[in-house]
Amino acid sequence: MSLWSRIANVFRRDSLNRDIEEELQSHLAEAIAEGRDRAEARRAFGTLSSHRERSRDIRLIPWLESLYDDLVFGWRQIVKRKTTSAAAILSLALAIGACLAAFRLMDAMLWRPLPISAPERLYVLSKQFRRTDVKVDPGDNFEYPLFRQMRARVKGQAELIAVSGADRIDLTYGSDEETEKAYQQYVSGWMFHSFGIRPALGRVFSENDDLTPGAHPYAVLSYEYWKRRFAEDPTVLGRTLRTGSDVYEIIGVAEGPFTGTEPGRATDIFLSTMMMKNDAIVRSDYQWFRIFVQLGTGVSAPLISDELQPIFREFVEERAKVSVGSPRAATLLRQLKLVMNPAPAGVSGLQKEYGPALFVLGVLVMLVLLIACANVANLMTAQATARRREIALRVSIGAGRLRLVQLVVVECAWLAFLAAGIGAGFAWWAAPLVVGMIGTPDNPVRLILPSDWRVLGFGVAMALGCTILFGLAPALRASAVKPVSALKGGDPQTRQRMMRLLVAAQVAFCALVLFVAGLFMATSERLSRQPMGFSAERLLTLETVTPHPLPDVLWSQVAEHLRTVPGVEASALCEWPLMTGGSWNGFISVNGAAPSPVASYFLSVSPEWRAMMKIPLLQGRDFRPDDTQPGSALVNEAFVRQYLVTGSPVGRSFDVVLNEGHRVHYQIVGVVGDARYRDMRDPMRPTAYFPFQGNYSRATFLIRTISANPLAIASAVRAEVPRARPGFRVSNIRTQTALIEQHTGRERLLSILALFFAVVALSLAGVGLYGVLDYSVLRQQREIGIRMAIGAKPTVIAQGLVLHLLALVLEGSLIGIILGFVSARFIETLLFEVTATDVGLLALPMATIFALALLAALPAIVRAVRTDPATALHLE
Amino acid sequence: MFFGGDAKNQRNFSDTETSQYQASIMAKPDSLQGSLDLLVLKILSRRPRLHGYAMMSAIEESSGDVLRADEGSLYPALHRMEEDGWIRAEWVTKDTGRRARIYELTLAGKKQLADEESRWRVVTSAVNRVLRTV
Repeated sequence: MSLWSRIANVFRRDSLNRDIEEELQSHLAEAIAEGRDRAEARRAFGTLSSHRERSRDIRLIPWLESLYDDLVFGWRQIVKRKTTSAAAILSLALAIGACLAAFRLMDAMLWRPLPISAPERLYVLSKQFRRTDVKVDPGDNFEYPLFRQMRARVKGQAELIAVSGADRIDLTYGSDEETEKAYQQYVSGWMFHSFGIRPALGRVFSENDDLTPGAHPYAVLSYEYWKRRFAEDPTVLGRTLRTGSDVYEIIGVAEGPFTGTEPGRATDIFLSTMMMKNDAIVRSDYQWFRIFVQLGTGVSAPLISDELQPIFREFVEERAKVSVGSPRAATLLRQLKLVMNPAPAGVSGLQKEYGPALFVLGVLVMLVLLIACANVANLMTAQATARRREIALRVSIGAGRLRLVQLVVVECAWLAFLAAGIGAGFAWWAAPLVVGMIGTPDNPVRLILPSDWRVLGFGVAMALGCTILFGLAPALRASAVKPVSALKGGDPQTRQRMMRLLVAAQVAFCALVLFVAGLFMATSERLSRQPMGFSAERLLTLETVTPHPLPDVLWSQVAEHLRTVPGVEASALCEWPLMTGGSWNGFISVNGAAPSPVASYFLSVSPEWRAMMKIPLLQGRDFRPDDTQPGSALVNEAFVRQYLVTGSPVGRSFDVVLNEGHRVHYQIVGVVGDARYRDMRDPMRPTAYFPFQGNYSRATFLIRTISANPLAIASAVRAEVPRARPGFRVSNIRTQTALIEQHTGRERLLSILALFFAVVALSLAGVGLYGVLDYSVLRQQREIGIRMAIGAKPTVIAQGLVLHLLALVLEGSLIGIILGFVSARFIETLLFEVTATDVGLLALPMATIFALALLAALPAIVRAVRTDPATALHLE
Repeated sequence: MFFGGDAKNQRNFSDTETSQYQASIMAKPDSLQGSLDLLVLKILSRRPRLHGYAMMSAIEESSGDVLRADEGSLYPALHRMEEDGWIRAEWVTKDTGRRARIYELTLAGKKQLADEESRWRVVTSAVNRVLRTV
């Protein structure tokens, strides 16, 4: 109550002053009324103003009062210089906004704890090679029999939870025509209980839903999906959904914002692990899920890790014994060890792929922020210089140093918080935009980007940090003013030095940002120019499904029918398009020898496929309709190089070695050029193509269109497929170009954003350079005037300025480039065929910065050259 | 503790008005603070709704002119006690037409008075004991 009245009094000081004054005056009036002498009463009362001050300080909060005064004063200062303030605020807002956006993304992807009970006790298991020289990542997927053993071992101390990847699947709640897409994930039945997630409707899985393989055809929806797809309709309970030939009954909706454990993917439908196909539960060579460990209270993580390690070892040892690969593969297997890492934020491939990239972007935006801060600091320094007399006056009449610091810092805080406000708006808009760029149309990234106390806290911390960064130095300098010299009109050199230092730092950061942006742009460009080995031009891929496996003859009929559709130039069939991410591989044995350590990719294709993909035929012949699978094979050059070093490859045979040592025999009918299968960066890998024969329930029609935009006839072709043969349904239709581009998405994103920040950094540094040079010419006007009066030529003066500037910029950019060399080592994994020492990559940022510096210096130089000695000397 | 008082207020006090002390037992500034509060609270408990001048007169009168409050510093003390919630003030218009700010005790003030009185007694009896024994 009292505190509140004291706060309120700060804002109604006039009436408070009147109040106190009246009371004191009434005391004197009373004294006189009592018959005392007026002068004596005044004397007895003491100093009126000092009593008044003391009462005031008691009845309000003095520091709040001075802060309020400074706030008002600071605001007036900002409004007084509208243009400079707006420029400072906007440039700072852009930088803060970018930082906030980067933080929102990184927080959502890497740090935000999952909405489960005790996320701090959640760990995830992964595998690692004990030898550090092995560059292969063994991943974090496990086999179910191993999972069972491990779970039993730590029962009571920790709960192990199996969670498969979230897959985008086709499903329908009615007929085939109403097929839609959703993310589905297999989870252990006890996951919901362990995570403390209760049903919002119906029930969620329990241990009893996870007993017998294939016996639990039930589905639990996420709340978000229930809301989005069913508008929270409670009658969804008991409805069935169908994917392929499997039918699941919806038994409940999980409450809360929980959408699985993969940041970047939101699971819509949870299924029991027991429903995973391909004998997944009993096979010990099938790795298909991650293992989360929820520790019991008070149980230490190393303890559990130590408990699990021997079981894992034993399991791996068993696997190595029956390994079909070379002896080397078995040795490698024995090198594996189990690692347990904290995973409060969940685990996803997106984290692995984009985490480092986002981190680099975060650093870049921080640098941009520093550049912006340096600008504002220069502005504040210039202003403090301009206000030297005012501040000196304040000091002479008794202003304390702390109070002066507060005065300047409060003004900076105004700038920072206004900028943070605008920046928050920018981040609000920009973060989802970047998320959109990460995803691909048919595999959208769904990151939850709430604006909660974490983002708010970061924003406020950043505004405060900026205030201190650019406000404190000018504030301390301003407060250290020496009234005598300032009032006499001296010009301290230290200010200039400070500004020069800031400009050099700006140039350095700018050069660093430009340098890194150049690396990313070169990476993206080189990657997109990688030879593919096939032509993606005008190529449309139609991923098609049938309710049951159908023989290849029927598939071929549909492919033939598609050739008659107007706008279609050619069509072919394959199991899946190149570069989709789908793969099939195995070990190769030639002449009955032990399998080679390098695996080969395989793909089933129709006879027209090679010609349509425009992959060159180098030796032998194409497939013919009478080729059989297994039997005939086309192989690429890498295959020949790897396995058939000597002799002509056509007509030779090889074996594909399957599990438990079964061999399938093939004869090479032709050799084709190398084509990329699923990776943009690696060298071309051995690949063998087999005839498209047998029964398929999923395959891809490839179509080369006549028009340059293949998507123009996409809907026509999609409709044509079921017309050609009922039961065939297109599940996914994409251009081959889009399939390739999804492999360079990260690099494209990095290069676009880095370019954007480079431009921002450049313009900010340009503004900073312009401001400082213009200001320094202004300060030197007198000196220049004198020099010109005694005969200095304008060219000499301009030359001096330019040399001074070049020295400054050279200094800064050298430091920046050195920083770039150092940092390049940390971003090596994000680069492709680009090294930091590339001269071309160095020249561009340097040239840009020098050009910018000259441009920014032009107005100042013109001003200097045009100085009229007479006016300049009359200035002061 | 009792003689300590509010250090900050006292510093102000001696800075600004060193020359203004009355020749009285209040000459020692550190004893004034505590006893002034006590006296004001006591007076208000007996005779509520007094303004500052009347309070000062009352102190003089009832102490037989021995104690004289330093007139000016009475008001900061009153305002402090008001902010502490011991007394509350209101403006009244007197018969003479002048406005006056009058004070009365709050519940917290009554409690404070009781505390201060008992503390005063403890201290004075202790001082007396010292005077007797030495």
